[in-house]
Amino acid sequence: MLVLVLDSATPAVTAALGRVEPAAGDRPPTIDGNPWSATILARRATVDARAHGERLAPQIDAVLGEAGAKPGDLGAIVAGIGPGPFTGLRVGLVTATALGDALGIPTYPVCTLDAFAVGRPGRVLVATDARRREIYWACYADGVRLAGPEVSKPVEVAGRAAGLGARQAVGDGALRYADQLDLPVLAEPRFPQPAAMLSLAVRRVGTGAPGEPLIPLYLRRPDTTEPVARKRAAPQ
Amino acid sequence: MTAQPLVLGIETSCDETGVGIVRGHTLLANAVASSVAEHARYGGVVPEVASRAHLEAMVPTVHRALADAEVALADIDAIAVTAGPGLAGALLVGVAAAKAYALAAGKPLYGVNHLAAHVAVDTLEHGALPEPAIALLVSGGHSSLLRVDSLADGIVPLGSTLDDAAGEAYDKVARVLGMGFPGGPAIDRAASEGSVTIAFPRGLTAARDLREHRFDFSFSGLKTAVARWVEARERAGEPVPLAEVSASFQEAVCDVLTAKAVDACRTSGITTLVIGGGVAANSRLRALAAERCARHGIDLRVPRPGLCTDNGAMVAALGSQLVAEGAAPGRLDLPTNSAMRVDVITV
Repeated sequence: MLVLVLDSATPAVTAALGRVEPAAGDRPPTIDGNPWSATILARRATVDARAHGERLAPQIDAVLGEAGAKPGDLGAIVAGIGPGPFTGLRVGLVTATALGDALGIPTYPVCTLDAFAVGRPGRVLVATDARRREIYWACYADGVRLAGPEVSKPVEVAGRAAGLGARQAVGDGALRYADQLDLPVLAEPRFPQPAAMLSLAVRRVGTGAPGEPLIPLYLRRPDTTEPVARKRAAPQ
Repeated sequence: MTAQPLVLGIETSCDETGVGIVRGHTLLANAVASSVAEHARYGGVVPEVASRAHLEAMVPTVHRALADAEVALADIDAIAVTAGPGLAGALLVGVAAAKAYALAAGKPLYGVNHLAAHVAVDTLEHGALPEPAIALLVSGGHSSLLRVDSLADGIVPLGSTLDDAAGEAYDKVARVLGMGFPGGPAIDRAASEGSVTIAFPRGLTAARDLREHRFDFSFSGLKTAVARWVEARERAGEPVPLAEVSASFQEAVCDVLTAKAVDACRTSGITTLVIGGGVAANSRLRALAAERCARHGIDLRVPRPGLCTDNGAMVAALGSQLVAEGAAPGRLDLPTNSAMRVDVITV
């Protein structure tokens, strides 16, 4: 089955086309004990925090074209639901939701941070940039989330990660604030990888699980202030 | 392409998630989900609140429109979407959705100008627009006078507001009067029970202003004048006559809007005036425009109130016009533009 994989929760606008099929001799299972194999056939990523709205749809078109596939050939959509900066995140989620709707195929959410922890042994801090000098983060033990996702200042995350026994960190948020995290930070990946995202959903895709709504992990409330008293036109 | 194209239009430039479907000049569906109630306690539209609401409402609103029109996505000839002007984050939700539907269904996509769509919507009510026409666009975000040589590719700006939009003045005055948000309907209601007794200023109507700003508007001085008048009453310990203040303020706004619109028609010898935008739902603006246009032999076209406020049918109406005239569709990388100029009709 052909699967479209999308993520727009980081500055890397990502679209990929994957194939999910039963594992066999030459197609090893994605995760131990999982009867499904997943392969990425084509991928496009553009690192530009301001280009999500312009780049995502052409990249979807491009990965389909590269594999000689049409939109109607897709069987499922896997989308990163963040956490991530709101405007870009929404572009990915409305795109995935509308495509799923138009094609009549299920959509499966994955937490964008989880993708960084796939196949990574030990205790790991994953962090992406949340702007305003904060990071979106979560902690994992052998790929299983222990804490998060949350949005916090890097110095606070350093304390939490130490308490959870993290030995290393990964993600562009960790790289950006490496000096405050007090952990070795991996140079790569900086952004979510489609193969890892697909593996997080491979069981749902393979078994034809019911689709789920793509609800963004905003983690912050909108900036709003309720008016207190009206401004005066004339001095009192 | 057919002369009666079936077009689906998507609008998310402010706080209404609108999806409309038209066939030629015939309206088939006009589904709107509004987040206005969520903004009321903030006294104005909060962009992030609007954008979140668009994401939630987008696909259900498309479903409602398709069901109302009794058509399937596969039947649609083209998809049109507001590319600007408007709130940047809000526009992106509609444009991304439109691209996804266009890509999935293999349909041409048109990114269109919100202001031109406010003019085009009149074709759904009154048929093809005689060209050239003068258009007065009045809403919470815009107040413009335009000459429309062609809906598809020839809109010339004649003037616009130098400060507040007309609808913005309504919202601000409503706040001064403690009437809540949005201000237009509240003031219109209050005004219907009062008479015009206070001479509030008419911005940019003095002879010296007319030389440079004949077709421009200014409403911020009017808003301040109302606030000062109300505060003087309050300082004197006297009650504020809401109905009279509302009626007098409304008269000042509508007087200037209609006088300049009629002047634009008479100066250019154009005999069709179209009024669009949310403020075109205002009862006094409609009445005064009708009276003045009749006096000067101008054919006035104002769509019904449900088509004046932001909606997807207006976007579909403009899209239908573009398809019928053979305009080239946009590409999948078409951008949004929160400050899109009115003379740019498609991107």
